[in-house]
Amino acid sequence: MVHEHPPDCPLSVHDLTVAYQRKPVIWDVDLNIPEGKLVGIVGPNGAGKSTLLKACLDLIPKTSGWVHIYGQPYRANRHLVGYVPQRESVDWDFPVNALDVVAMGTYRRLGWFRPVGKAQKAIALEALEKVGIAHLAGRQISQLSGGQQQRVFLARALAQDAKVYFMDEPFAAVDAATEQAIVVLLQELRDSGRTCLVVHHDLATVAQYFDWLIFLNLRVVASGPTREVFTDENLRKTYGGKLSLLDHAAEAIRRS
Amino acid sequence: MNWTPDDTWIALTGALCAMACSLPGCFLVLRKMSMMGDAISHAVLPGLAIAFLVTGERASLPMFLGAAATGVLTAVFTQWITRFGNIDQGAAMGIVFTTLFALGLILIVQAADHVDLDPGCVLYGAIEFITFDTVSLGSTEIPRAALVNGGALLLNLTVIATLYKELRISSFDSGLADTLGFSSGLLHYLLMTLVAVTTVAAFESVGSIIVIAMMIVPPAAALLLTRRLLPMLLLSSAIAGASAVLGHWAALIVPPLIGFERTNTSGMIAFTAGLLFTLAWIFSPTEGLLRRRADALSSADGTT
Repeated sequence: MVHEHPPDCPLSVHDLTVAYQRKPVIWDVDLNIPEGKLVGIVGPNGAGKSTLLKACLDLIPKTSGWVHIYGQPYRANRHLVGYVPQRESVDWDFPVNALDVVAMGTYRRLGWFRPVGKAQKAIALEALEKVGIAHLAGRQISQLSGGQQQRVFLARALAQDAKVYFMDEPFAAVDAATEQAIVVLLQELRDSGRTCLVVHHDLATVAQYFDWLIFLNLRVVASGPTREVFTDENLRKTYGGKLSLLDHAAEAIRRS
Repeated sequence: MNWTPDDTWIALTGALCAMACSLPGCFLVLRKMSMMGDAISHAVLPGLAIAFLVTGERASLPMFLGAAATGVLTAVFTQWITRFGNIDQGAAMGIVFTTLFALGLILIVQAADHVDLDPGCVLYGAIEFITFDTVSLGSTEIPRAALVNGGALLLNLTVIATLYKELRISSFDSGLADTLGFSSGLLHYLLMTLVAVTTVAAFESVGSIIVIAMMIVPPAAALLLTRRLLPMLLLSSAIAGASAVLGHWAALIVPPLIGFERTNTSGMIAFTAGLLFTLAWIFSPTEGLLRRRADALSSADGTT
């Protein structure tokens, strides 16, 4: 367990416990994430992956512990953080179009009371171009496919221009082309010094996509460079007896 | 039919009130908490009663503040019960507003010995009589209800215009709003305050049935006609205003046709809103029943 927290760390989590209805959902999580990494968060259903992200972002109350972003409490450095929630967390029938949603990424710099103007729309359009769906800018969001909706969310994250990104299952239920597009985008973000924490489900691709992994199941089973921690033992500790999954993963280890 | 200047005031006041309700109503519908208008409009009753019992008079300001405060409290209690009682929001709302409404009834019966706070009046209002209570502005006599509801409309317009993007993001994605520094809790209670103030403003003059109808029906109809937020707000206001004017007109002409003398304008306004919703539901160019039928037919043709 790490208990030292270097101040230049994009994300340090210290002794974080979150309980819901008095039942702990994550327990005593301690993490240091280095800058410029693509970090995969893996673990079985109910392991607390989304809870960890939400607790880091102050969206749910912590029972104990603290979270620092670049050496400062989250509230002080909130402007460095970007959030991509799960796609199902919003109502896609909401009366807005793709450009409106992406422009939401610029709201922080805009601040209270000032309306969205040409400059914000230009940023939003540029972000939509980067994810390859600028031609859908005027489309009402319910008329986008699942993959396109996910791209809208990523474009919005790009428009936020953050240093540390928290992404909750961006790969969930997207087509293969979108998955590839997201991977390329994540790599570009990493190469420009950004740090991305990504909740991910597919053990077959996890080693290929991420250069740092957090194995989570209530507690942190392991956290470190993929080469070191993506082991049979850690998988077994994290996933317990779910053998079909493990065989899948073993296959992936052999390939990597 | 004999349309008098009084009828113009009644229709105008109804329209102001309906539009004032429909604006925050759009956000209630989008946040899937449509019944909050219903809950708050009932729950303001103990606020009215307590304000009366404390001050001993029917002065407007204390009553207004008391009612607005209990309205906001409804939202607070609902939030607490939802979070700590592990109960869904609809049930929590039901618990809070029925309890507060019952408390209000008990208090009003206590107060009724001394004053004419009529629970019936609270429900369907007395919009027909608004011209008996006027305020002089220059040379014209303006019904107080028109000013009060106009004030509520102006307040709602101002707040929604200045906080348009904030209300939009917190309604669409409250998590993102919070991480960007736009407190979704703060915006939630601001919206609830608007709902409470609008309800109370409407309450005395036109009754709560209009409030409940206008916070849900015009926004829902507008949502069938457009898929953008700003047109939705505008259309919803237009439908609300039209319901009020057409509703009062219908209240004057329909009853004589079937042999009655007159009917309740508030009821007719709410009923007209329902009719307009039905029209939108059938004829909407994108979501309407006819369009869907036509789409189904043409796709069936395509496959055969």
